[in-house]
Amino acid sequence: MIRFILRRLAGLVLVLVGVSVITFSLAQLVPVDPAAVALGANARDEQINAYRKEYGLDRPPIEQYIVYVGRLLHGDLGNSIRTRRPVADDLRDYLPATLELSIAAMGIAVVLGITLGILAAVRRNSLIDGVARVFALIGGSLPIFFLGLLVLALFYNRLRWFPGPGRIDAFITPPPRITGMYTIDSLLSGDMQALQSSLLHLVLPAVTLGYFSTAVLLRMTRSSMLEVLTQDYVRTAQAKGLRDRTVLLRHALKNAMIPVLTTIGITFGSLLSGAVLTETIFAWPGLGRYATASVVSLDFPAVMGVTLVAAVVYPLANMLVDIGYHALDPRVQVQ
Amino acid sequence: MNDEFGSAAAIAQREMTLARGPTRAQRVARTLRPFLRQPAIVVGVVILLFFVVAALCAPLLSPTDPLAQNVVEGLSPPSAAHLLGTDKLGREMLSRMLYGTQISLVVGVLVVLSASTFGTLLGLLAGYRGGWADEVLMRVTDIFFAFPALILAMAIAGALGPSLRNALIAISVVSWPVYARLIRGQVLALKEREFVIAARTLGIPEWRIILHHLLPNTLAPLLVQASFDLGGAITAVAGLSFIGFGAQPPTPEWGVMISEGRNYIATQWWLATFPALAILLVVGGLNLLGDGLRDLLDPRLRGE
Repeated sequence: MIRFILRRLAGLVLVLVGVSVITFSLAQLVPVDPAAVALGANARDEQINAYRKEYGLDRPPIEQYIVYVGRLLHGDLGNSIRTRRPVADDLRDYLPATLELSIAAMGIAVVLGITLGILAAVRRNSLIDGVARVFALIGGSLPIFFLGLLVLALFYNRLRWFPGPGRIDAFITPPPRITGMYTIDSLLSGDMQALQSSLLHLVLPAVTLGYFSTAVLLRMTRSSMLEVLTQDYVRTAQAKGLRDRTVLLRHALKNAMIPVLTTIGITFGSLLSGAVLTETIFAWPGLGRYATASVVSLDFPAVMGVTLVAAVVYPLANMLVDIGYHALDPRVQVQ
Repeated sequence: MNDEFGSAAAIAQREMTLARGPTRAQRVARTLRPFLRQPAIVVGVVILLFFVVAALCAPLLSPTDPLAQNVVEGLSPPSAAHLLGTDKLGREMLSRMLYGTQISLVVGVLVVLSASTFGTLLGLLAGYRGGWADEVLMRVTDIFFAFPALILAMAIAGALGPSLRNALIAISVVSWPVYARLIRGQVLALKEREFVIAARTLGIPEWRIILHHLLPNTLAPLLVQASFDLGGAITAVAGLSFIGFGAQPPTPEWGVMISEGRNYIATQWWLATFPALAILLVVGGLNLLGDGLRDLLDPRLRGE
């Protein structure tokens, strides 16, 4: 197991090198001089030259890249051109918001998608199966940014069931930072008012972001369950008189979950793309909005930071899935 | 006597018909029958045909130019005079929707064509050759899969400058690795099969084996992937345009239109709802088509 994790981590290093090379090359493509952008229209030539020297922009790209990687190994991601702060500090501020949103969305998707998927498979061709399939078809086709606008207009503007954009009500002091996720921090510090406010703020964006993944997991669970239910060992279990519940939950479900688990790992990657759009609509101060603002101002040190963080998340999620396999199915040899 | 000749001639003719086999129409019908038995395919194709016709006939069906403003009649709700209503500048929503269909379909098809061609070529080569070429391709696709697609596309579109053309390039660049992986996997399984080994034994050149023996056998999964991907590409282009990295106003692109309508969603619902509905229908139709094709073409699922 340890050898497996080490090999995966080695693969991760390779991915990070590739991702940074691609992002770095993109930065070279930009037709605009980042120094001129950073200093504004009134900057004098000497100022621009001094800036270029300070940030090493006057050196050839390959040298710039090597310097960047050298600093990266010391945990230094450089400075953002837009916010003028260290990129690492920016990421520390924005990443928890995105993680909180993504985990909540994934939670909804796992619970709702798998439950509906099982129900649809067990009652195949019934009304609930039909409803679940239409629900999944819409979830897989509706653009997430419109869904966000829709739930905001309906549940905030019209019905007032949930609060509008942002992570917490303006009049409530955010909880002291422990993990950076407001819900968990307010729970840890026992601040019930902040907990309630941050939970309510989380609902609409999490539902928006989670719908697509719910649809994907529902479809996967349904078809995987249908396949497992026709297997001989399930018929044997039924034939020896076990209760339906036992057959379903103890025999069928465990095997049906194997492809679902893979799908969860893959869906995690698409969550971050969805988060960009969701965060834009709900003014959610996370990595996605930070990335958007950074690309707009051609702040490539910041973009580089975001892509590196994102590139760690996806392989890690998949590695956890592979470890999860092992727990679910001892036949699977983790290699 | 005459009768006998007559009947003999008739028999001869019938025999010739039989020898010629079924007519062209019969052959087409026979090929199409399994497709028509899949309700998902039929529904998907009908929806898509509707939008294809709308896109083709956009110049004929549009009541006005999609960019023509008529501020006096701005923000009119859907009515007999303005079938889908007008936006804040009084531009006819129907015209904008029709031209928007044209843009989304063309851009989507171009993305899928370029991504699938590039990905397929690399996948064929890597799968057939194996060795270091395969290793390099797999590692490169790993890198692309680790990127969240939208962030990479945003960075590309941002670096090149936001425009519809650059959004098209950006989405193509993030879409090809799926095809490379898919085709590589297919080729790995196919190249050990007897017909390929036979072709190699006969001394048929490699490129011919790849193009004439391997490629046609990968087309079924390729088609399934492409129909799902076309929907994905259309949504992605709209998403990029929505956040400002794709088509720019006043282009009647669906993502741009939803973005322009976002502040009116509670009051002038038609501005954002019609383009969103169009995306839902087109992408839903493509997903149904993909599902149907997969059920039809994937022998493992045929029993279902």
